[in-house]
Amino acid sequence: MLERIYKAQELMDSACQTLGRRINIMEVCGTHTVSIFRSGIRATLPKELKLLSGPGCPVCVTDQSYIDTVLELAEHDDCIIATYGDMIRVPGRSGSLETKQPGLNIKVVLSSEDALQLAKDNPEKIVVLIAVGFETTAPSTAVVVKEAAEQGIKNFCVFSGHKLVVPAMRALLMEINNNIDAFLCPGHVSVIIGSGAFKEIVDDFGKPCVVAGFEPMQIIEGLAEICRQLSRGEAELKSMYSAVVTEKGNETAKKILAEVFEPSDGYWRGLGKIDKSTLQLQDKYEQFDALKRFGITETPVEDTSGCRCGEVLCGLIEPPECNLFGKSCTPDTPVGPCMVSSEGTCAAWFKYGRKRQREQ
Amino acid sequence: MCLAVPARIVELEGDNAVVDAMGNRFRAKTTLLPDAKLGSLVLVHAGFAISLVDEEEAKKTWQLIAEINEFMETDKKISG
Repeated sequence: MLERIYKAQELMDSACQTLGRRINIMEVCGTHTVSIFRSGIRATLPKELKLLSGPGCPVCVTDQSYIDTVLELAEHDDCIIATYGDMIRVPGRSGSLETKQPGLNIKVVLSSEDALQLAKDNPEKIVVLIAVGFETTAPSTAVVVKEAAEQGIKNFCVFSGHKLVVPAMRALLMEINNNIDAFLCPGHVSVIIGSGAFKEIVDDFGKPCVVAGFEPMQIIEGLAEICRQLSRGEAELKSMYSAVVTEKGNETAKKILAEVFEPSDGYWRGLGKIDKSTLQLQDKYEQFDALKRFGITETPVEDTSGCRCGEVLCGLIEPPECNLFGKSCTPDTPVGPCMVSSEGTCAAWFKYGRKRQREQ
Repeated sequence: MCLAVPARIVELEGDNAVVDAMGNRFRAKTTLLPDAKLGSLVLVHAGFAISLVDEEEAKKTWQLIAEINEFMETDKKISG
């Protein structure tokens, strides 16, 4: 084990020496963010090697207008809002699902199946699944939409906030002042889409992409592999997580995703509108589209709270550079979504980064 | 949010499974993983099995999850 760590450190050091400048590696996965903090990897890296936490936490990249629309849906008396736990504390313009109105009909679910079951158990109500998440989660939404259609369940619908990782990576690289040298690619998203999905980033932008799992050793070796490529001026696609990630991914899940959803332009917090980056229901499933059902349109709004989650998500600033961080914005009183989710960059910095500062 | 947990299928009827992860039993669907069989080790995300996983990898992940839980507990004690 130690030998592997030394070898990884050697590769990182040598890349820093060869390039003679700061190296920025972005991870695009909330679980990586947490694992990196928890295991203390950051402190062991060469000074010139920086890890940027990108848009890898589904809650954090959800645009404020989405939250506002969820709150609007929640005001319908005949509605039950079925949501994953992470979403209930995210603040919109007029409070969050948790604080707004205690009487609102909001149920926390662990699975899309639970939401469909709620619809079956409450035939007089319309159950709206607040469907957030990347490609790992989206197939489970697709399955229940198909099931609802097959079983003729009419009081169930979905407000899709599902997002696609690769278009967001492309958008980040298209920004002129981006400083990203390479990506540490998400493990469980790759289980679905396959490591091959990142090949376009390598081919079109010449940036190394390495898929890693969540064990600290795998993250360290993933970072070292990126450094090896950077110091040779190469860009390749590699997977350190071959135990569960294949090149093509889960074909069944991909097929059902394509059958139920289609990529559509959508808004991301901090990144704005990105072409073909969100998943909307195909026309043949439009009766399950919550927005169409309730005749609501999602209007993007400008966030005026002073929250800088957007810049954090693009790797442009670190959380302590935001004036609200640790002052008016804490995990107990989050202003922005990166502080709400336990996988959010700001929450991880608050929890682990500050402790490290105290120890120093 | 994209975290998936390894678990063993201990009951299976159609695509409805009961899985066991570190002694915790819960329901999971195998709709996205038609190859899953009774006794298979699978990665479960948001109530759906998304991939087969081998014994060694599952053990490593369970150990990691146990460590995280232990860490969170200690952390609560320190900060609480």
